[in-house]
Amino acid sequence: MIMIMATTTAGTTTMADDGRLRRLRRSIQLLGALAVVLVGATGWLILRPGGPLVDAQQGATVQIGAPFELVSHTGETFSDRDLAGKPYTVFFGFTHCPEVCPTTLWEMSSALDQLGDEAANMQVLFVTVDPERDTPQVLASYLQSFDDRIIGLTGTLEDVSAMASSYRAYWRKVPTDDGDYTMDHTASVYLMDANGDFFGTVAYEEPADARMGKLRRLIATGS
Amino acid sequence: MSKFVSFALGNSLSAIRMLAAAGALSLLATAQPAMAHDYKIAELKIDHPWSRETPQGAKVAAGYLKITNNGSEADRLVSVTGEISKRGEIHEMLVDDKGVMTMRPLADGLEIPAGGVVELKPSSYHVMFMDLTDSKKKGERFAGTLTFEKAGTVDVEFAVDAIGGASEHDHDHDHGDDHSGHDNHGG
Ligand SMILES: [Cu+2]
Repeated sequence: MIMIMATTTAGTTTMADDGRLRRLRRSIQLLGALAVVLVGATGWLILRPGGPLVDAQQGATVQIGAPFELVSHTGETFSDRDLAGKPYTVFFGFTHCPEVCPTTLWEMSSALDQLGDEAANMQVLFVTVDPERDTPQVLASYLQSFDDRIIGLTGTLEDVSAMASSYRAYWRKVPTDDGDYTMDHTASVYLMDANGDFFGTVAYEEPADARMGKLRRLIATGS
Repeated sequence: MSKFVSFALGNSLSAIRMLAAAGALSLLATAQPAMAHDYKIAELKIDHPWSRETPQGAKVAAGYLKITNNGSEADRLVSVTGEISKRGEIHEMLVDDKGVMTMRPLADGLEIPAGGVVELKPSSYHVMFMDLTDSKKKGERFAGTLTFEKAGTVDVEFAVDAIGGASEHDHDHDHGDDHSGHDNHGG
């Protein structure tokens, strides 16, 4: 895995408050925020439940992604070794999610469909941040409603936490009044190139053509 | 389109079953399940309650609608039910500038200001149907109720769209008039 040196800041861009620009601005802000996380320019603590807080120093390099070993929705062990040489995307979510997760899986399914044969040169991963409820069986059922090339991953709380932490993803279990709980989580899709290095992100609600462009460029890293 | 008789305190299971039956009838009657539909109670107008198909085995679903208050007094949406779930809540969801999705129940409901419009829509407020007991397919409808602090309870139907329905469109458009456009990006 490569060490990322982030040097860009784009978070201050302002644009007219028009729908398309609003979405564009949102994705620019996300990139800006990501850059800030990477650079640690404001001395932010990277929030990592289940792991130590990391104070990213100015100019520090941060690695996105690390070797992992989880359990797929078919009940088999699945690790970074199964992705060797293949670009992939990672989305962290949970099945008790009313909108962001099904929508993102739907959009990734649509993307795989549009990519046609090229889709074979990329792997789409859905990693649950709610492994207590999202067993392999639950994921298997859920994923039947989406493209069957998408692999769902779960595992022990420890293993899932380690993976999410390695991607600098944010997630938090939030108890609700009724004794239930929900999960806050990073809603962006991580793009990882053929070497397993961080390539970029696709923000929630990013326009479909922008998403397709990024995925095609991602796939090109593998050829 | 057939309108239901308002159930004064209509949350009992049998009332919900009756609503379901009535819903099926009205579905047959309209023959255009995706058509925009609206409801009125007191000074409130409710536009196009809709929901999405849920992935197999999903335990939650979101519901959306637009409420216009033509009165001179504020009101408050305090509870929602749907025949597909055991519980309904009113939630606020947002994806912040760091790309993190958060979702919280609104314990005091959602205020509808006098003369104002409040829209429950993707990436904003939604009805959260929890502990699903049924799942509907795109083009179907399910019965539900909206209860307002002052105006009382109104029976509605939620029109079901695709899983990713309306997600790649301008959320400000009149959803009901443009339903056919949602078929273009199926998986
Ligand atoms: Cu919700």
